[in-house]
Amino acid sequence: MNALYSARARKDKIIRVLCYGAAAFGLTWLALILFTLFSKGFAGLSLDVFTQMTPPPGSKTGGLANAIMGSVMMTVIGVGIGTPIGLFAGTYLAEYGRHEKLSFYVRFINDILLSAPSIVIGLFVYGAVVVPMGGFSGFAGSIALAVIVIPVVVRTTEDMLLLVPNQLREAASALGLPRSLVIRRIAYKAARTGLITGILLATARVAGETAPLLFTALSNQFWNANLMKTMANLPVTINNFVQSPYEYWRQLAWTGALLITLAVLVLNIIARLLGAERKPK
Amino acid sequence: MTVPASINRTRPLDRARALSGFKFGDRAFYWMTRISALAVLCILGGIIISLIMGAWPAIKTFGLDFLVTRRWAPQLSPSPVLGALGPIYGTIVTSLIAMLIAVPVGIGIAIFLTEFCPPVIRRPVGVAIELLAGIPSIIYGMWGFFVLAPFMTDHVMPTVIATFQHVPVLNVIFAGPPSYLSLFNASLVLAIMILPFITAISRDVFQTVPPMLKESAYGLGCTTWEVVKNVVIPFTRAGVIGGIMLALGRALGETMAVTFIIGNSFQISGSIFAPGTTISAAIASEFAEADGVHMSALILLGLLLFVLTFIVLAAARLMLARLQEKQGK
Repeated sequence: MNALYSARARKDKIIRVLCYGAAAFGLTWLALILFTLFSKGFAGLSLDVFTQMTPPPGSKTGGLANAIMGSVMMTVIGVGIGTPIGLFAGTYLAEYGRHEKLSFYVRFINDILLSAPSIVIGLFVYGAVVVPMGGFSGFAGSIALAVIVIPVVVRTTEDMLLLVPNQLREAASALGLPRSLVIRRIAYKAARTGLITGILLATARVAGETAPLLFTALSNQFWNANLMKTMANLPVTINNFVQSPYEYWRQLAWTGALLITLAVLVLNIIARLLGAERKPK
Repeated sequence: MTVPASINRTRPLDRARALSGFKFGDRAFYWMTRISALAVLCILGGIIISLIMGAWPAIKTFGLDFLVTRRWAPQLSPSPVLGALGPIYGTIVTSLIAMLIAVPVGIGIAIFLTEFCPPVIRRPVGVAIELLAGIPSIIYGMWGFFVLAPFMTDHVMPTVIATFQHVPVLNVIFAGPPSYLSLFNASLVLAIMILPFITAISRDVFQTVPPMLKESAYGLGCTTWEVVKNVVIPFTRAGVIGGIMLALGRALGETMAVTFIIGNSFQISGSIFAPGTTISAAIASEFAEADGVHMSALILLGLLLFVLTFIVLAAARLMLARLQEKQGK
């Protein structure tokens, strides 16, 4: 009996040590990444990064101004295009077609698009936008990002609308409000923070996307606000600079990576705070 | 809430007009949402059609041979020889190694977080892991390129190669020379990248176990490990497997974490310390300079990748859906 007990206790102890080990192992890697990113990224952070254009080969001065602007523009436009479509599609799933066969398929396909390889989405937009339009452009990049935004927004919109209690809808209907107003004035209002959270998360998701921009927006050395031309952006600039032989370029790549990470972290944290604020009610 | 002014008047004509306005708005809104929902299906259709159209020249030229040809010679004249075996091999090998590392560690961390962890650090660690799951993959890729690959290649690989030098089979898998650009380095970065993802999903799934079940098992005198093994894992099996497959789908399609350090070599070598390539890395590094049948072959690679991930993700979703159904009952 005693032998059995001590064997069980020993096994439990071994597993416990293994789990602690796994946690230490995993968290060490992740801490190392953040440490490298912050130490190397902050080392290169200066005002120049925000005011100068990306440097030509060999140059020792320059910043990321055009890439930052391009990234912000494409992200905003991508989210701007993707959000309404995602919002409406999520509304349909949660409000009109909750139990329809169509919704089942849309939900399933949406979940797959949610984790589809982003490089495939780049290829799709290359074939569907870049080739017909005759060249790489910031617009094509925005479309690629929009395609990534849509499934994220659909998912969160549906989830958030499902949380709205049905009594609210029934009360509004009983007052004689038509269905569309019940949704827009009652359900949207009740789920507002949740919907905003979803949009923020989608923005965070696309802010660092690189693969779909590689052959849609391409990149550019200069200040360019014309959406119909190739457009500099942070992820592709980082991609190009990492593989370059110039020390200064590599330094800029780290700084750019830090900026993206900070942006993504801030968006995530705001989304989280909004989510937490909603819960106690 | 603002009520349209017309509704306040009681004259029947205005009332009829307001109601018909509502009716129109109602229909318009309904169709707008329905069309958006259909747009999601159209995106999938568009992806498939556009990839097949782009890949068509390559499909016509190479046919099924594309899948079994090892050679990748886009510059060969008069006609290039292009085969997908190298990238397919690299994709599967890197994903498998990454999963072998990340799954046990990820589940271990999840068990740590739900069962062993002192409550004080449970929340901060959990939040940190979720935030890390959101960091763009290019960050992991460049860290692998600048920090991890040099370290592994200079300090770890030589030891491993020397250790297994005379062991059959293993001396092929771990054959030298050490290389900065290698399948193994890419797999390791991939593993680190999907680790937070697997951890976050497993933790969420483990938390769905009703406390009553666990407490009953503890009440019978089970140790923590016995509770995990006999209650938590059986209860959440479908969810954990679904989560693992979602992570696999991610690993298969990941581009930026591997492109820098895989070496973009289409050779198939038995050693995991040798350079290789994956489907996504091949597309990312060659697409910009490709044209004609070379470009078409890259799009065909993309189509293969999409089909592969589609199957994995669909299986994952079906499993997760089954778990939800079980909970609903």
